Amino acid sequence: MSTIDYIKEHFDRLQSAEHSSSLQAIRQQAFQAFSKWGIPTVKHEEWKYTRISSLFNKAYQLPPLQEAVTVSPADIASAFLPGHEQANALVFVNGLYMPSLSVIRSAGLRVIPLEDAASGEFKEVVAKNLGHSRHYLKDGINALSTAFLQGAVFMHVPKGCTLEHPVYIYNITDARSASILAQPRSLVFVQERANVEIVETFATLGMTDSFTNQVMEMVVEQDAVVEYYKIQNDVSHATLVSTTHIRQTGKSEVHTVTISLGEGIVRNNLNMVMDAERCESHLYGLYLQQGNGHIDNHTIVDNVSPNCYSNELYKGVMDGHATGVFNGKIFVRQDAQKTNAYQSNKNILLSDNASVNTKPQLEIFADDVKCSHGCTVGRLDDEGLFYLRSRGIREKIARSLLLHAFAVDVLEQIKNGALRQYIDKLIEERLEIDQL
Amino acid sequence: MLSIQNLRAEIEGKKILKGINLDIKPGEVHAIMGPNGSGKSTLASVLAGREDYDVTGGTVSFLGKNLLELSPEDRAKEGLFLAFQYPVEIPGLTTTNFIKTAVNEKRKYHGQEPLDAVAFLKLMKEKMALVNIDQSLLSRSLNEGFSGGEKKRNEIFQMAMLEPKLAILDETDSGLDIDAIRIVANGVNKLRNKENAVLVVTHYQRLLDYIVPDFVHVLYNGRIVKSGPKELALELEERGYDFIKNEFPVSEEV
Repeated sequence: MSTIDYIKEHFDRLQSAEHSSSLQAIRQQAFQAFSKWGIPTVKHEEWKYTRISSLFNKAYQLPPLQEAVTVSPADIASAFLPGHEQANALVFVNGLYMPSLSVIRSAGLRVIPLEDAASGEFKEVVAKNLGHSRHYLKDGINALSTAFLQGAVFMHVPKGCTLEHPVYIYNITDARSASILAQPRSLVFVQERANVEIVETFATLGMTDSFTNQVMEMVVEQDAVVEYYKIQNDVSHATLVSTTHIRQTGKSEVHTVTISLGEGIVRNNLNMVMDAERCESHLYGLYLQQGNGHIDNHTIVDNVSPNCYSNELYKGVMDGHATGVFNGKIFVRQDAQKTNAYQSNKNILLSDNASVNTKPQLEIFADDVKCSHGCTVGRLDDEGLFYLRSRGIREKIARSLLLHAFAVDVLEQIKNGALRQYIDKLIEERLEIDQL
Repeated sequence: MLSIQNLRAEIEGKKILKGINLDIKPGEVHAIMGPNGSGKSTLASVLAGREDYDVTGGTVSFLGKNLLELSPEDRAKEGLFLAFQYPVEIPGLTTTNFIKTAVNEKRKYHGQEPLDAVAFLKLMKEKMALVNIDQSLLSRSLNEGFSGGEKKRNEIFQMAMLEPKLAILDETDSGLDIDAIRIVANGVNKLRNKENAVLVVTHYQRLLDYIVPDFVHVLYNGRIVKSGPKELALELEERGYDFIKNEFPVSEEV
């Protein structure tokens, strides 16, 4: 049986097993979209340089319908990020939220099953925002996530609440006994004047191939402040499509940093919908790739309302046979006068076999806006290298220092001290600066 | 200390140095002057090991070693220092971090333990005072947004930290006003002693008012065509480079 047939069969089983679920209708709708679109191939404009369709020839297993804890706290300890002792921990295993492995430390933070939120007090919020990303990501892989809404969570940061602990989200894919297709899913509701830091990371256990298709959708209300970090450092046999879709419905501030260091295939979608006046958002990214790693960052900043500000800076260092994609869309709608939107993507290629495809894409329908974009792909600066060497610094170390210097302005955007140190250390190890 | 014999170098097939001979002994200050395009900066670059140039002939011995066989970093660690005409801006790397790495690389090369943070800071403070440079400048990204004077002062600070045997100053006065030249020259003079030597590469005589040379050499068309005492610099200033050009017309290389 092909993976697609298996998916269909599994979907039918899920729907009949949970026939009274509040998510029944949206799943059905999404499955129809998936059936129509299928897994995106390189013919799909947004997937031109990232090939995932062939991966679906593998026999992936979707998670069983009943929640079964297959991993122990010890199994996932290695995935823990620094500062975890003081953080809230939301653990997903094979796409399903695991309350028994999760820890909620902050007063005010609520994490409940998505289907409960969809039928209870958050009914309206869910109805308005669950699946909102489909308006921007018209492909089968996004639809597939919604079609299999299962074990998903609704996270609520209430009005005026400043979470004193960050929220660490661990997306664990347990590929120790079988190839797994995991689809962790969350909807985050950050209410007025709330303040939250979210850190999302990914880890695959075991040696078989895995495919993780993660989607987070977020609503940010008036005067709320969100810091969002995505840390990717998974194994080479892991494939990840990671979507973060953030909608700002009131004047608010969102700060995101995406760090991609793994060697597998990674596709990130980061969407920022600025649906209210005077929103501010920051999108920073750093990718260091080697081996056969593939990193694809697709970002969308949609200026729906006037007077918004966005700044985007993605930087990459590509070695070996690594391939990279950057696609940055900025929409400025007709009403979005006085938009300030800036975008920059800079790449350094360290090897003749590494490559990057970078594409800024601005669609501006308002006339009183300030937008800029720029992208560069180049080699390490010879003049800088000679300068350092002329001071007695060995070439290898000089290269590392220059690459680290290149990465610094993105690293500086990590405001969580423990996390910053951890990422610095990973990067120093990668650049072999630690061997000085 | 430095002995250059019949040094020839070219870039992209264009012959620039056509047989340079020069001897520098410890404690001496030499100045190389010459019109634009005569090969002054090329000589400085070739000595520091810039790889854009092909050395096609001649020998350079530095403290008994064959300089041309050494990598740029090993030349530095053996005691050669080039103050750049255009110091490179490196956003994201602080001067402090950069110079600490350089100092410890040199120590390692000579079999010494790296300096710990306290010892490094002490050394840095001492040298900062010597060349009159501010701490705030050193904690910023290397040369990024520095004024011309700040960049050159930073070069001299690095020189102070690395304590070279031979310092080559490549057009250090270019783009500086007279006050900045004086500050930079004072720094260099404070670092001079009987053990080390300075090679000043300059177009104008004015820097030599402050760093007084023992010998002045005129480089023209890839050769040293005239050498003399410091008064030669004044003569050049007075008469311009034309008399050199007339005296030594460009002839085709055989």
